[in-house]
Amino acid sequence: MRSDRSTSAPLGLKIAAIGGLAFLHIPILLIFLYAFTTEEKSYQFPPPGLTLQWFAVTWNRPDVWAALTLSVKVATIATAIALVLGTLCAAAVSQTRFFGRETISLLVILPIALPGIITGIALRSAFSMADIPFSFWTIVLGHATFCIVVVYNNAVARFRRVSGSLIEASMDLGADGFQTFRHVILPNIGTALLAGGMLAFALSFDEVIVTTFTGGQQSTLPIWMLEELIRPRQRPVTNVVAMVVMLVTFLPILAAYYLTRDGDQIAGAGK
Amino acid sequence: MTAAVLFQNVSRHFGTVKAVDAVDLEIAAGEFFAMLGPSGSGKTTCLRLMAGFEQPTGGHIEIFGETAEGVPPYRRSVNTVFQDYALFPHLSILDNVAYGLMVKGIGRQERHRAAEDALAMVKLPGYGQRRPGQLSGGQRQRVALARALVNKPKVLLLDEPLGALDLKLREQMQEELKTLQKSLGITFVFVTHDQGEALSMADRIAVFNDGKIQQLGTPEDIYKRPQTRFVADFVGSSNVLSSATCARLGVPAKAASLRPESIAIGTSWAEQLSLPGTVTARSFLGATNRVSVDCGGEKIIVASPAAMPVPEIGAEVQLAFSRNDLHLMEDA
Repeated sequence: MRSDRSTSAPLGLKIAAIGGLAFLHIPILLIFLYAFTTEEKSYQFPPPGLTLQWFAVTWNRPDVWAALTLSVKVATIATAIALVLGTLCAAAVSQTRFFGRETISLLVILPIALPGIITGIALRSAFSMADIPFSFWTIVLGHATFCIVVVYNNAVARFRRVSGSLIEASMDLGADGFQTFRHVILPNIGTALLAGGMLAFALSFDEVIVTTFTGGQQSTLPIWMLEELIRPRQRPVTNVVAMVVMLVTFLPILAAYYLTRDGDQIAGAGK
Repeated sequence: MTAAVLFQNVSRHFGTVKAVDAVDLEIAAGEFFAMLGPSGSGKTTCLRLMAGFEQPTGGHIEIFGETAEGVPPYRRSVNTVFQDYALFPHLSILDNVAYGLMVKGIGRQERHRAAEDALAMVKLPGYGQRRPGQLSGGQRQRVALARALVNKPKVLLLDEPLGALDLKLREQMQEELKTLQKSLGITFVFVTHDQGEALSMADRIAVFNDGKIQQLGTPEDIYKRPQTRFVADFVGSSNVLSSATCARLGVPAKAASLRPESIAIGTSWAEQLSLPGTVTARSFLGATNRVSVDCGGEKIIVASPAAMPVPEIGAEVQLAFSRNDLHLMEDA
């Protein structure tokens, strides 16, 4: 950033910036707009009229509720699994030294670097070979693979800042392992875990590819939306759902951002 | 009387590295005990063995008569002041000090009162509501001390407690620690690489090198009568005379130590030993002049009082010292 704030950017740059932002965000605004349109077969611009009826219609559609409930359940359980496993893994990698530590660290992160389709195919063939029927739980397992990474990444960064002597100090003062975890480790990594958990939840909530490969008959919310686009029926209902999904995923991500930012300040204060 | 800390043939090996190697040690109750040595000498590992952060690979440890090996740190009646203080950044100063009482299940009011008292004892009354990040290094050091002492440990372990403080604060804390230790009567065991600190504070000192105790004794013993070349070098840089020089003096020994301040230049009388030599360097250190003298191939450092005249470089001088100041050593 330039230090002399009074100097304004050249006009060309301003237009480019505005154009870029518009390109990113106008489609999203259009989704919002068509949630209120009176025309249900096709999207025509400008909308012939505005109405709130689609909110009521959406509310009364059982398939929306089924998909939403499934998505929330999957995201919650996948996040819970990720929180436990991701934290344990981060603790092991950052607090102890053992043979193959770097390799394990890489292997844990790998699922998020791999294209979703690879993870999906791999899991699908693995489930088939193991004769595990595709179900709610296979979706959860699929999602957990990348949720763990998010939690792990957040936790491992914070663990590195919790110096080993804090844990020793706690033990020295009479706290056993559990008390040390509850009174020293958890408060120091708590915000990182919350942030990681929220990101994991948001990731799981709008996941399509892995879900396609690991799901059975169930449709999570994103899958349901894809299906709705293919066979249009009460099209604005999709837009209403899209708005809700945006809010549900955007708020946690925003919260996670602020939590980790404040967490940096707290954790850095002792240094 | 039961020893506060007893080491019998204690070893702690990390693979092929012998961090602590067959150490015997007995620290008396109420003693201010220093473990002195360079880094990697095993002194900190010994402290961690007492605290329970390390387990011995051999030997036997007792703390006030109770077997310590296999006992985790949280079941030992010892507390540690850490080198980096290790204050909990997410807790207030009061909660930091009260931590040990909290995990023992003592009620909020009672533990906060005890913590306030402990803070007053280390001269930080009213600092309870602050966070560790808001205190200076010296203040954090006092908080770490209060946090350990509030648990009324039988032995207090201090790991380089003054290492991170500036000189003036160090000297002040040295005095305060000593006063505190005498008034509380708790056994203090502290680790340091600073020989001045060990000499000024401790009742007894163990000098460590290569995982072994080189010498154990009172500060005066260690300083005046070093038993090995390492101790002579490490504690106050004594001159170590070779067996050839000893022979020239008519003293049969493999080696002998001679403190720089025990040597006079130019004056000698009957009962004194003397060595002729050539001055090779001199420097003014304030209270003393440091003069290097070459005595037939052996370099001897003399600390000459500033009031005495200093010979020029190249001058032929006689070094004189009493036979009593020459301490024969076991090894060369």
